[in-house]
Amino acid sequence: MRRIVRNLLLTVPALLLGGMLPAPPAAIADEAAMAKEGKSLAFNRKKGNCLACHAIDDGVSPGNIGPPLVQMSSRFPNKAAMRDQIWDATKRNPGTPMPPFGRHKILSEGDIDRIAAFIWPL
Amino acid sequence: MKKLLLTVAATVLCGGLQLTAFAGPNEDLKEYRDLFMKKFPSVPFQEFANGVYAIDKQQRANWEQIEEFPPYEPYIDQGKALFETAFKNGKTYADCFPNKGIGIADRYPHWDKKRGKVMTMELAIQECREANGEKKLPYSKGKLVSIEAYMAYTSRGKKTDVVIPTDDPRALEAYNKGKEFYFTRRGQLNFSCAHCHFQNAGMLVRTDRLSPALGQTTHMPKYRSKWGAMGSLHRRFKGCNKQVRAAPFKDQSEEYRNLEYFLTHMSNGIELNGPGARK
Ligand code: HEC
Ligand code: HEC
Repeated sequence: MRRIVRNLLLTVPALLLGGMLPAPPAAIADEAAMAKEGKSLAFNRKKGNCLACHAIDDGVSPGNIGPPLVQMSSRFPNKAAMRDQIWDATKRNPGTPMPPFGRHKILSEGDIDRIAAFIWPL
Repeated sequence: MKKLLLTVAATVLCGGLQLTAFAGPNEDLKEYRDLFMKKFPSVPFQEFANGVYAIDKQQRANWEQIEEFPPYEPYIDQGKALFETAFKNGKTYADCFPNKGIGIADRYPHWDKKRGKVMTMELAIQECREANGEKKLPYSKGKLVSIEAYMAYTSRGKKTDVVIPTDDPRALEAYNKGKEFYFTRRGQLNFSCAHCHFQNAGMLVRTDRLSPALGQTTHMPKYRSKWGAMGSLHRRFKGCNKQVRAAPFKDQSEEYRNLEYFLTHMSNGIELNGPGARK
């Protein structure tokens, strides 16, 4: 419960910052469904395999090459900027070990959207 | 040439490592060694020969248990028997090597000036067979690797001693090619070897702890539980290429021999303790 409240607190201003209009209920439901799919994509070894390097939520035996994925909304000005990190991490840090999931077509654009939907409220 | 070194240096710098731009093998040696000694201050230099078990207590305990009944022993025995079996022409492997092939693993890999290439022990064993009219054996695993395991075993306690001779510029070129390979991103996942074994040595990829590059070559060939058998250094190279979705090169290709030359040189002074056992 605390977590949900925290997430809401973090998400709402972020949505505003992101310049988005208040979402209609259907969009919120979509977002939740996307986030759910995003979670399984992020954890799947054949897809995102983000747990190889990041501690995330309730993911089991994460690696520690990257930072734990928490408080994304305080780390990035908006969801698009965070998505960009997933799309090509070398833009921010040319020496990063993080694979360029979008640029190298490791994940589809839709799958990156889903993962971003999952990671953003964390 | 200048461009190559620049590229290498740029890649390394981008990896967050401050390595000198125009370093030669001697400077490299000092710099890489310092880097790992600084990263793992409690690990004595010779301990790096134990790879990931030098830096992970829990895995080390498991490994020490495994070493009590070493899974590579039967391979050493098989290798010895093969090594001592005469070819059809009556000669043996011993006739192909200095000191009859005993305790000479520290001479590999080395620059063969006459042929203008890096010679590895595995290639030398193969060429010994061919020179004696025997058919080639597959690389990577099997009989050839068992013979290599036996020869490595007779060399335990010798020290890694790779020389980049200065009387043939092609030797330095081969070393530099190996070095460039090491620091070049490849594969869909876009990793260089250095991303895992320099920059992130000691970190966890899920539950796999990444070993430092220093000391990785001392215990080859090795029995790997995942393989359920012995495998060569190049077999591991192929595995590390494939896991980042890069096309692997062929066993004993020029690329991998140069890579072996570069990587083994880094461990100069560290005792040979092959064959090894790994997870
Ligand atoms: C091989 C390691 C690796 C993998 C796999 C990886 N990352 Fe990263 N990630 C990093 C590192 C290291 C950083 C630190 C910043 C940098 O170097 O780019 C990072 C940073 C991030 C950040 C920014 C975090 C912050 O607080 O600044 C996000 C978001 C992120 N990763 C998301 C993901 C997602 C989502 C996936 C999977 C689809 C993923 N990462 C897979 C290594 C990895
Ligand atoms: C994505 C991470 C990653 C990349 C990139 C990578 N490796 Fe590895 N490597 C590993 C892991 C994990 C292991 C097994 C655990 C260990 O010993 O580090 C390993 C093991 C090894 C070993 C065996 C170590 C031993 O003690 O037996 C060698 C040698 C090696 N790698 C060389 C390379 C080379 C050369 C490259 C580049 C061509 C490379 N690796 C790229 C992850 C990687």
